[in-house]
Amino acid sequence: MAEKKRKKDLNFFERIYVVEIVKGMILTFKNMLRPKVTMEYPEVKFDPPASYRGRPVLVQENNGVERCVACGLCSRVCPALAIEVQAAETELEKERYPQKFEINMLRCIFCGFCEEVCPEEAIVMSKDYELVFTNRDDAIYGKDKLLIPVDKLKDRLEFLRNFK
Amino acid sequence: MSIWEILIITLIKILVIVAIMFLTVAYLVYFERKVSAWVQNRLGPNRVGYRGLLQPFADVFKLLVKEDIVPDAANKPLHTLAPFIALFVAFATYAVIPFGPSVNIFGYDIKLVVADVNIGILYVLALTSLGVYGITFAGWSSGSKYSLLGGVRSSAQMISYEVSMGFSIAGVLLLAESLRPIDIVNAQYGWMWNIVLQPIGFITFVVSAFAETNRLPFDLPEAEPELVGGYHTEYSSFKFAGFFLAEYANMIIASCMIVTLYLGGWQIPYIDKVGLSETLTVILQVGAFIFKTIFMLFMFLWVRWSIPRFRYDQLMNIGWKVMFPLSLLNIVWVAVLIMIFNL
Repeated sequence: MAEKKRKKDLNFFERIYVVEIVKGMILTFKNMLRPKVTMEYPEVKFDPPASYRGRPVLVQENNGVERCVACGLCSRVCPALAIEVQAAETELEKERYPQKFEINMLRCIFCGFCEEVCPEEAIVMSKDYELVFTNRDDAIYGKDKLLIPVDKLKDRLEFLRNFK
Repeated sequence: MSIWEILIITLIKILVIVAIMFLTVAYLVYFERKVSAWVQNRLGPNRVGYRGLLQPFADVFKLLVKEDIVPDAANKPLHTLAPFIALFVAFATYAVIPFGPSVNIFGYDIKLVVADVNIGILYVLALTSLGVYGITFAGWSSGSKYSLLGGVRSSAQMISYEVSMGFSIAGVLLLAESLRPIDIVNAQYGWMWNIVLQPIGFITFVVSAFAETNRLPFDLPEAEPELVGGYHTEYSSFKFAGFFLAEYANMIIASCMIVTLYLGGWQIPYIDKVGLSETLTVILQVGAFIFKTIFMLFMFLWVRWSIPRFRYDQLMNIGWKVMFPLSLLNIVWVAVLIMIFNL
């Protein structure tokens, strides 16, 4: 930090303000000409980096089946108790699948624990930050809203492989 | 000219000036928001209308539909009167500011000033002094300690700076040998602008003008961090809009005065030597006046967003120990100029 100047240490030009005021005004004038940082939101949207923790989603494989095996770990680890999983059996290789998978978006705190704990990389945080609902029932996202094709989540899956 | 012709011409002038006034005040608010945004690397209002140009009307409309609250402890007549004093003073001053030289329209010789008063400068000084009453009444009648402190500060500040303002103007008057604004502008023919002849006077006048209009570095009467809103803490709706508009109208007045007194008014150096037609010359000169005024207004905004507020003791120190002696020095300087060069 710069040494604090006492009044007696100031030289003549600093004491009559004028020079310093002109310096300050030149600085603000330069700032006026600099590019603006504002992002005009509804028209221009923020594209978050892969490390961004938006709303949690379930990964849907290309054959239309979710990766999730309904182990319930995410539900267990969730500090806000936002996730509810009901398991059921299936003929597929993975044998179990979530019959019902609900995340209460009013409770979710976007901590990403569910993603960290998931053994199948089946639940990941997306880049979606536009969460709007007009009543409490709408805020409970079922499988219909949670399933996202794996192609759209490549960035995040890549990021998890590198850094998780 | 018959009395009726004079009356009609004056009425038209008043209407034009008032219309221009309201528009410029509205757009000054818009301009201020834009400049503040630019200084902070933002965009500023750009949603209402093309590039946000309708924003000031939206602002005013919002203020007008709000509830008008009068505090229980307030002195109601004075509380209501205060914003009207502020507004009246701000708008009445426009009468004597010359926007350009005389023009010839339909055979009438019209001066581009509402009232060509031979004591115009005195009139401006008197009215701006009255402006203190608006703020002081507002502070006192609100029945709130913050408002009271704001009002007290304002009166102390305006009285202090009026002294150096008056003395700076004295320098101009010595040179022009007249109190009539048109004569003062005519005295600054060519490059004989007062800013060139008496730069010290220009600085003291500009600083005093900032203090008189309660603009930042000197906006202690409404210092938000200490006094909530200062003298207009207890005002809302239309009355608040009154103070708000009066502040901006005062800024425009101050800019016009600075231009008239120091920047040569409508003068463009040596434009009559170029040989343009008379009409074009007048248009250019009025344009020059508007341009200079806008430049000064930009200075006001630019300074506001660059410099932090002075402390109260610093304000008084600068007013009495720096600005006052400097303006006296300026008078001596002008007197010496007149003695040596016989101006």
